[in-house]
Amino acid sequence: MTRFLLRRMGQALIVAWGAISLVFVIVRVVPGDPAALILGPDASPAQIASVRADFGLDRPLAQQYATHLGEVVRGDFGDSWRLGGSAMANTLDRYPATLALAVLALVLTLAVGFPLGMACARRAGGVLDTCVSALSLVGQALPSFWVGIVLILLFARGLNWLPSTAGSGPASAVLPAVTLAVPFVGWLARLVRNGALEEGGREYVRTARAKGTGEGVLQYVHVGRNIAVPVVTVLGLLLGNFVANAVIVEVVFSWPGIGSLMVDAITNRDYAVVEAAIVTITVTYIVLNLLVDALYFALDPRLTPENA
Amino acid sequence: MTTAHESPAAEVRDLHIAFGSGRDGTDVVRGVSLALHRGRVLALVGESGSGKSLTSLAFMGLLPAGARVASGSVRVEGADTGEFTPRQWRAVRGTRIAMVFQDPASALNPAFTVGWQIAEPFRRRLGDSRARAREKAVALMETVGIPEPERRYHAHPHEFSGGMRQRAVVAMALALEPAVLLADEPTTALDVTVQAQILRLLAERQRAAGLAMLLVSHDLGVVAKLAQEVAVVYAGRIVEQGDLDTVYAAPAHPYTRGLMEAVPEAAAGEPRLRSIAGHPPDPGRVPDGCAFHPRCAFATARCTTERPLLRTLADGRGAACHHAESVLAGTAPGGPYGGSDL
Repeated sequence: MTRFLLRRMGQALIVAWGAISLVFVIVRVVPGDPAALILGPDASPAQIASVRADFGLDRPLAQQYATHLGEVVRGDFGDSWRLGGSAMANTLDRYPATLALAVLALVLTLAVGFPLGMACARRAGGVLDTCVSALSLVGQALPSFWVGIVLILLFARGLNWLPSTAGSGPASAVLPAVTLAVPFVGWLARLVRNGALEEGGREYVRTARAKGTGEGVLQYVHVGRNIAVPVVTVLGLLLGNFVANAVIVEVVFSWPGIGSLMVDAITNRDYAVVEAAIVTITVTYIVLNLLVDALYFALDPRLTPENA
Repeated sequence: MTTAHESPAAEVRDLHIAFGSGRDGTDVVRGVSLALHRGRVLALVGESGSGKSLTSLAFMGLLPAGARVASGSVRVEGADTGEFTPRQWRAVRGTRIAMVFQDPASALNPAFTVGWQIAEPFRRRLGDSRARAREKAVALMETVGIPEPERRYHAHPHEFSGGMRQRAVVAMALALEPAVLLADEPTTALDVTVQAQILRLLAERQRAAGLAMLLVSHDLGVVAKLAQEVAVVYAGRIVEQGDLDTVYAAPAHPYTRGLMEAVPEAAAGEPRLRSIAGHPPDPGRVPDGCAFHPRCAFATARCTTERPLLRTLADGRGAACHHAESVLAGTAPGGPYGGSDL
């Protein structure tokens, strides 16, 4: 198991390196000069050249890359010219808000999607099953920014039940979390439903029934434990997805997380912050993947590193 | 047929089980009556597809999806289960009537420890504490012959051998001390070497608890080790039923006789093993008259049109054959349609 996880960690490092390099290239290929942005339209070429030298932007790209990589390994993305202070510190400052939103969205998805899927499996082909199946498609097709705006209009403006922007306590997290969760609730329900139907035909289910086990325990304990591996997999990936998807939702709801920070940084060519934010999101994704891999062993007793 | 006069612990009367519904439904079990008595083992014998497994599942109300009791009744300790709500069924399962399944590899839940699965009924049904349920489960594992139960309590099914798994399944079935035990091919999926051990365990537990037991098997050798009474099914109907010794000594139905001749021990001395020619019919296309007549050496013209009813012979057994007396006497097989009617 240790060897298996070490191999996965090695793969994760390669992915992280790829992401850092890609971001480095893209950020520098995109038109727009940060020196010109910092100094404003009235700056003289000499001033711009001086600032470029300060940031090391005048050196060859390969040299910049080598220096950059060395710094990134130490977590140093340079300073944010706009916010002051190190880019990483700025990013980590905003990280808890994004993570809190993602976890809330995940809890919401699981709390609604799992029982919904089980209910569909109980009466496969029934009214509920058909509706959930149709709505899950609709849910996935709706763009997040649109869902967010509709929710704001409905629950914040129209009914005045919930705040539309951050800063009004825990209640302000509800609408953005729902927006994140909407596309995935039906999707998870379908996954749970299909898994439960497949497992429901297995003989151990009949054995459990023969013991007089109730249908609820049967579904949530006996079958639930057997579909835990695929469910945990998608939940792990989903959490990473929520962190990444935060970009759009955070802007719509003015949520003070990494996403809105990154959008601001992109608009202002704040390279250091953009890179720090993207790398943080990437690393989150990679770490979650590793955690899911490690969880497999706990969830499926038959799994050994040899057959994993 | 049976010496017991008390009311049966469980019985089916004129049971019909159909797949599909309405007129398109196909009867797979077509009028089976069986009574299980305390302290006695009744064997239900037949080829695969004869409906014997379905009959045993009907006792538990656990027919597979698509199958249903079309008519007739299933009684557990006198109560007609036809009126049972799902809650009533749950109350009966495990406590009054329990089942041992064919393949212990798939009958156990792969995700939970064996001990947890055995302890589960104690916790959920009796409301025992975790510690108490564990204690009882370990004791039960000991009873069914699982060595080192304390340690094995924490093992998962895949860490058990086939024989140990079946012992665990037996333990689960016996946990709540049922009055009736159904065993559906309990040794078929096991190695030959452990089959005898499991049979010994079943016989021992059956005797110790005075269980009424239904043993479903295609193996006449297995049946001989456990049962006092035997019922032979063919194409969803009982064709012969009686005391095991009587039936085994001299079968009165050509099908039973064919089964006996297919058993290696019974055929000792014969130059080679004989099998019954042909195949059992599809449930949807059961021949008119006697369902067995296309494969029967005794069949006459009468057998092709008139269905023989299960009738009691002079020695007390039941047989559904027009020519039962000739079969018993061993006289003149008629050959396909060639024999003369009496």
